[in-house]
Amino acid sequence: MRRNCRLAALSATLLIFLAGCAEDAPQDFLEPQGPVARQIDKLMDPVFIVAGIVFVLVQGLIVVAVLKFRSKPDSPEPEQIHGNTRLEVGWTLAPALILLAVAVPTIATIFDLSQKPENPVNVTVIGHQFWWEYRYDDLGVVTANELRMPVGQPVELTLNSDDVIHSYWIPPLAGKMDVVPGRSNRMHLIADSPGEYMGQCTEFCGASHANMRAKAIAMAPRDFDAWVAGQRAGAVTAVAGTPAEAGSTLYAQKGCGGCHTIDGVSEGVLGPNLTHFATRTSFAGSIFANNDANLRIWLRDPQAAKPGNKMIIPGAPLTPDEITKLTAYLNTLR
Amino acid sequence: MAIVTPERPEAPAPEQPLNVPVRFLRRPTGYTPGLWGWMTTVDHKKIGIMYSVSAFIFFIIGGLEALLLRIQLGGPDQTFLRADTYNQLFTMHGTTMIFLVIMPLSAGLANYLLPIMIGARDVAFPRINAFGFWVFLVGGLFMYSSFFLGGAPNGGWFGYVPLSRNMPGHNMDYWAFGLQILGIASLTGAVNLIVTAINMRAPGMSLMRMPIFVWMSLVSQFLLLFAIPVITVALFLLSFDRLFSTNFFNVAAGSDPLLWQHLFWLFGHPEVYILILPAMGIVSEVLPVFSRKPLFGYQVMVFSGIAIGFMGWGVWAHHMFATGLGPVAVSAFSASTMFIAVPTGVKIFNWISTMWKGKLTFPTPMLFAIGFVAMFTIGGLSGVTHGVVPGDTQQTDTYYIVAHFHYVLFGGSMFGLFAGAYYWYPKFAGRLLDERLGKIHFWLMFLGFNMTFAPFHILGLQGMPRRIYTYPADMGWDMWNLVSTIGSFIIALSILTFIINVIKNRKPQEVGDDPWDARTLEWSIPSPPPEYNFKEVPLVTSRDELWHRKYTEDEHGRSVRREVMLGQEKMPGTEVEPSPAEGHESPDHVEGGDDEHGEEHEPHIHMPSPSYWPLLAALCLPVICYGMIYKTWAVAILGGVAMFGTLYAWALEPATAPEDTPVHGPDTSGDDREAVRV
Repeated sequence: MRRNCRLAALSATLLIFLAGCAEDAPQDFLEPQGPVARQIDKLMDPVFIVAGIVFVLVQGLIVVAVLKFRSKPDSPEPEQIHGNTRLEVGWTLAPALILLAVAVPTIATIFDLSQKPENPVNVTVIGHQFWWEYRYDDLGVVTANELRMPVGQPVELTLNSDDVIHSYWIPPLAGKMDVVPGRSNRMHLIADSPGEYMGQCTEFCGASHANMRAKAIAMAPRDFDAWVAGQRAGAVTAVAGTPAEAGSTLYAQKGCGGCHTIDGVSEGVLGPNLTHFATRTSFAGSIFANNDANLRIWLRDPQAAKPGNKMIIPGAPLTPDEITKLTAYLNTLR
Repeated sequence: MAIVTPERPEAPAPEQPLNVPVRFLRRPTGYTPGLWGWMTTVDHKKIGIMYSVSAFIFFIIGGLEALLLRIQLGGPDQTFLRADTYNQLFTMHGTTMIFLVIMPLSAGLANYLLPIMIGARDVAFPRINAFGFWVFLVGGLFMYSSFFLGGAPNGGWFGYVPLSRNMPGHNMDYWAFGLQILGIASLTGAVNLIVTAINMRAPGMSLMRMPIFVWMSLVSQFLLLFAIPVITVALFLLSFDRLFSTNFFNVAAGSDPLLWQHLFWLFGHPEVYILILPAMGIVSEVLPVFSRKPLFGYQVMVFSGIAIGFMGWGVWAHHMFATGLGPVAVSAFSASTMFIAVPTGVKIFNWISTMWKGKLTFPTPMLFAIGFVAMFTIGGLSGVTHGVVPGDTQQTDTYYIVAHFHYVLFGGSMFGLFAGAYYWYPKFAGRLLDERLGKIHFWLMFLGFNMTFAPFHILGLQGMPRRIYTYPADMGWDMWNLVSTIGSFIIALSILTFIINVIKNRKPQEVGDDPWDARTLEWSIPSPPPEYNFKEVPLVTSRDELWHRKYTEDEHGRSVRREVMLGQEKMPGTEVEPSPAEGHESPDHVEGGDDEHGEEHEPHIHMPSPSYWPLLAALCLPVICYGMIYKTWAVAILGGVAMFGTLYAWALEPATAPEDTPVHGPDTSGDDREAVRV
């Protein structure tokens, strides 16, 4: 309801439409889920209200003028008013003062948000066309597409890009920050409670810009520690004689390791690190939930699944049997 | 240049070859009919019409692109367009609407009207004017030829590096070179219109008597003059990187991609005001006429326009709030962004005050003008919310921004331009557009516009990013996207109504010089105007000159027709007493008796002769660019040499061909020259 009120203040014309509308939008930034996003939201509240008042005032004056001063058969020629200095000075100063009132808390918040948080988890985020790499250098963890974070503790992100400009955005947690090659921008996020928070790349970065989604998974601190421990462990070796082992052989034969890293198996750096692939809930820029059906779609033709991405399977397309084996292998990489 | 030459020395005999050193086609004369006449014209009115018609065709193309985009986004996971096709279409939609629609429509209107409104017979540089138009047209066609030559630009209208630098194919080369060509068109147009407005005003037309549309066009031409060089530099750097592998934007070699963004937006933000100021000028002309009151606070309107022009240079980095500029820079640009809303707000209140206590009638131009004020206000308010930087880090690159600038550029600029189209159409064409169809057009467009773009506010707040070709079903964006897509088709329907209105309305009508009982000089001459505009250069004695010729004020400050008050009036506000030779001292003269006077005072009106050199010179530019893009240096050099040759020949060509006969003075008043008909 609060949200509906603000939208209406923003644009009263939409009020009627909105009355019956309560869709669930996971990237809605008017529903902040952490202190950073909430601080922004609180700053915007009065701005939207003032904008709403000005909107009603101006549109109201237009409607009144149109209704009241429409030409009637008996209306006389109007007085030729050329202006009114006092009025004009008034409506120059009044908006200036309102804007000043907005500018002061704005600038205060800008400086406040640029402070480094205390005791953060440091994560380096590297933007790639079209997926995210996360490096927890202090913890010795490398993962892709999903940012794992402990609840309540600030996460300080250092943003780098491997190719073009991207922009990192998890709207329920914080505003966006561009990921510019050659620069290291910083931002921080904090999540109130455990859960999955959706976001995506917001700087046009090429053919599959739309398919570069982002996901933050906030966990209870103990769960986070357990996750870190799991990620630090080496890769699982496939049990001999299983389809997974046949899959691991295919992984080597097809040259997958040229682009992907699996600890102790391959050291490619172009694609996501697959050492703990099966612990992730999604893949390919988080556009696919991580399950067998989606992996089959992906391995059959990655270019059809995500146009313009850099995954090329050398030689002939994989046969269904090969896909089954590779999928089995990937599922063991816990 | 329109030359009035009472004692012009005799022109040399036409046969003398010395005076025509470079000539490979017979030079057309002012009488040239048909297509060749249009292709060689230097008449600012014909050029204005060609600008407007070409820009309108590009408007239809850009609109069809938008419809394709909306079909794709009408529902989740659509497969109507492929990713790359979508990216080409949104890039071309933005580039088209800005560079090939709103800018040339404004240029077209200014071309046609600015000289007339200041009482001039032509622009300062008629052939450069023609050159500007042809360059614009070939630039647009050049860019669109990419669709047939491997694919259209696909890196966004903002062309951010390093993406645009590294994209394979020639798509972004077409974009960079196309914009370079269009930049030449804008620069020549700007120089021409600035010189015209400053130097060619009729006697008595002081700067503070200039119609507000002229003022706003003048400010926007100055902005163009200074903004275009900035993007020219940026595009050269980009093209050099792409063609010759220079390292201006090569991150690996230590370049900072933000350099491009600073250059682009240092052009790009003044560009926004280039797009909106002429529309503000149009609305400031239309509202007074249909309120039957002068513009409220003319001086403040002029100075706020100038203030916007200056402040527009100090806000560019608000396009870059999320790029990591640091809190100090961001705070400065946040403040400047908020305070540019002040002169804009003043304008809105002054427009409402113009209507206040007026006697309002609501023909189609007035509807569009009021629609402009209402819709532009919404765009302005959402603009202020972007100035709150922490909020902007959430809003930027979402549909909330897309909503904002469509309210400014469609609800603002396009509504204003349609107000101008309906308002001045009788002057261009000698007939009025159909009012019933016009009103259907307005209401369909008003409804369709709000249905299409108001939901973008909500979609943006719900986190839908821009420039995505697809979205999944579980984001909560389905319904508003569908509403928006339906709305976009209603807009298409409204544009169709306008086209039908123009096509259907071809019967000649007798609209007279002044069908709206208007205030400014363009309504004092026939509709459509003769080639020389004014048989006698008018003497201007007040702002709203025509109104003061028709009306005087009674003791209550109300307008009264001069005939009614006959006998007691003098010229109002006469700092300059009209000389008996060229004044309009008697109202009956103004009322249409344009044949009785002046025979003895203005013997001949020389108008510049048509020329094909501007067209030929313009055609060389795409040749150079194709040669560059495909690294076929011979072609590029050939184009450059041809360009040099045409400019050389042009430079030696006299403005008025000796064999071209002058347009005669009043005794044959325009009968021997066909007036421009649409």
